[in-house]
Amino acid sequence: MSAEGMASRHTTHAPVDDQWTIIIRPQRGWLDLRLRELWRARDLVALFIRRDFVAGYKQTVLGPFWALVQPLLTTVMFTLVFGRVARLSTDGLPPFLFYMAGTVVWSYFSACMTKTADTFGANAHIFGKVYFPRLTVPIAILISNMVAFVIHFALFLAFVIYFWLDGAAVKVSASVFLLPLLLFIMAGLGLGAGIIVSSLTTRYRDLQNVVTFGAQLLMYATPVIYPLSATPAKYRVLVQANPMTPIVEAFRGAFLGTDTVSTGALLYSFCFMVVALTFGLLLFNRVEQTVMDTV
Amino acid sequence: MNDVVISVENISKRYRLGVLGSRSLKEDANRWWARVRGAPDPSLKIGERDRDSHRKGFIWALRDVSLEVTRGEIVGIVGRNGAGKSTLLKILSRTTAPTGGQVRVKGRIASLLEVGTGFHPELTGRENIYLNGAILGMRKAEIAHRFADIVEFSGVEQFIDTPVKRYSSGMHVRLAFAVAAHLEPEILVVDEVLAVGDAAFQKKCLGKMGEVARAGRTVLIVSHNMGSINDLCDRAVLLATGSVVADGPPETVTRQYLSNGESRRAHVECQPSESQAHFQAVTLCDDAGEPTANFDIRKPFYLRMQFVVRRRIPGLQAAFAVYNSVGYRIFQSTTSHPEPAIDIEEPRQYDLRVGVPGRLLPAGSYTVTVALHIPNVSWFDLHEHVLTFDIEDTRSKRFDHDGRSVGCVLVDLTWDQQHRPLVERQESPGA
Repeated sequence: MSAEGMASRHTTHAPVDDQWTIIIRPQRGWLDLRLRELWRARDLVALFIRRDFVAGYKQTVLGPFWALVQPLLTTVMFTLVFGRVARLSTDGLPPFLFYMAGTVVWSYFSACMTKTADTFGANAHIFGKVYFPRLTVPIAILISNMVAFVIHFALFLAFVIYFWLDGAAVKVSASVFLLPLLLFIMAGLGLGAGIIVSSLTTRYRDLQNVVTFGAQLLMYATPVIYPLSATPAKYRVLVQANPMTPIVEAFRGAFLGTDTVSTGALLYSFCFMVVALTFGLLLFNRVEQTVMDTV
Repeated sequence: MNDVVISVENISKRYRLGVLGSRSLKEDANRWWARVRGAPDPSLKIGERDRDSHRKGFIWALRDVSLEVTRGEIVGIVGRNGAGKSTLLKILSRTTAPTGGQVRVKGRIASLLEVGTGFHPELTGRENIYLNGAILGMRKAEIAHRFADIVEFSGVEQFIDTPVKRYSSGMHVRLAFAVAAHLEPEILVVDEVLAVGDAAFQKKCLGKMGEVARAGRTVLIVSHNMGSINDLCDRAVLLATGSVVADGPPETVTRQYLSNGESRRAHVECQPSESQAHFQAVTLCDDAGEPTANFDIRKPFYLRMQFVVRRRIPGLQAAFAVYNSVGYRIFQSTTSHPEPAIDIEEPRQYDLRVGVPGRLLPAGSYTVTVALHIPNVSWFDLHEHVLTFDIEDTRSKRFDHDGRSVGCVLVDLTWDQQHRPLVERQESPGA
């Protein structure tokens, strides 16, 4: 380049800075989340969901019906082990419905968390080759799992109706309209926890081994197989500190009629979710930029 | 008007060396605890003051690289392995952030560091076109709009609703490239994708790239194929150890790359590597066994390859190729070529010598690339253009031409001649 060209380079760039569409810098700000870019990639999210759905059930005989098998078998297991053998309290509800309510809610949260936790590991080959907003991946996972949740939920409703016709003491309350809110909080919690773990696993591989196991342990710290009312007083505070506790209890209360959840508890879950999600997004955004150097 | 669409300003990139991701929570916790107590960092080696001063632990893949590309230019980026080409492309395609400096880009940028990224084997060709297109940054509507063109370009119409796991690797690549070729971004960044597919398809891809550039779009290509850089680019940039060392017309830059600044190199000791099979030294010698990089056009010369195979590697071959000064590969040979083939699968130290006959290469400057690989499966070691030598004409009239004007090789052909005495013939009226 000529000396003249060099000179003009310095003089012309500053005023026309806004013409540049992409500026690549070492670190972008903590708060530069590029949500607009994420919105523009919504087609990609839709295609990821489609991929997960199609690829998940191709060449299987039962197809999407596999989604029914998992909650059904888990519920049967829980009913046998915790209901018949251990004889845990179910707040006077039919054990089968009690466990199924817990399983359906818990499996959505657990799937969201464990799958988003592996965002970088599972997509390293794609992330290393092409740039697109990385958040599309965990978001697609949340929505993909929502499909499974809807199937599980429909199964659960069918059993609620069956037991109700059978004359069981089941009463559906007006708080069923809270379901979208419960789902929203759960998705947020799952995403928040998942992306925090996925961001940290890029530095600490150890965490990868802990996630699945941790999710299982967390289930026992959540009133999935026992009601909150049956927890001993000295542990109750611990169980109540778990942000998933109000969700599971509220879901069960709404559809089976054991109202044990206060608005305050739900508000606590909501606030916990907002904090976890915000922290997760900031961390994810930070890690995402250089993650391919370390994975 | 100077219409700059990519402005790379003092870009640097530092990588950590060693086993990546080896950091454990325990190590970090110990270090944190030591810092809290004011004690020295327990994971440092004795004598180190802090982690960053441990210079050996880092490598600068790029150092203060500045570059401007104007609209419609096709720029080739060349350099040896580890010169920083791929890092530069990664930064441009935003798969990793630089350590310092900034890049400003005008317009949509699409990177093809690989074709078929995100292809899912269970999905059909049709589904993968949409998925791959979206990953590369296209909107669904755009893909739908170009769908017919993409399918036609790929030539796999018949199998478009078959899962791609049933595709041959050639079909896979065609489909993947077809999607990429229809991206229509303002700026296209390409890495070596031209090295895939059969020759006819490669030609088609090259044609498509030329078309892209004629449409006023800007293309950045990284390639080891100096021939295609020369054919395709308006300008080439040579990177060496993370810095720009040459920038100009492709012929000049590729020649400089191939000659590596110095004119001849007859012997190279290779850096020991982690690989299970790697070169120790490569040497060019004359028929007396003396290392030299200057050969008589009529005499044979020898390439000596010394390498180690650490474990049994079935299918391993040692190969070399000779390139002329404009980067065209004149010939290549591997240990599987002789009858019987030379077996280098067993773990041991090898010392091979291969002879190249005289009167084969015209006078000129050449380079040699050596490799240890299982063809089409994996690479163990590769040293590109590691040796440079000259073939010199020895005043024989027959070879007294500049290298290229006599063609790429000299061939001793059999010429027959028959002659009869000249007889006057009657011209026939109809002739």
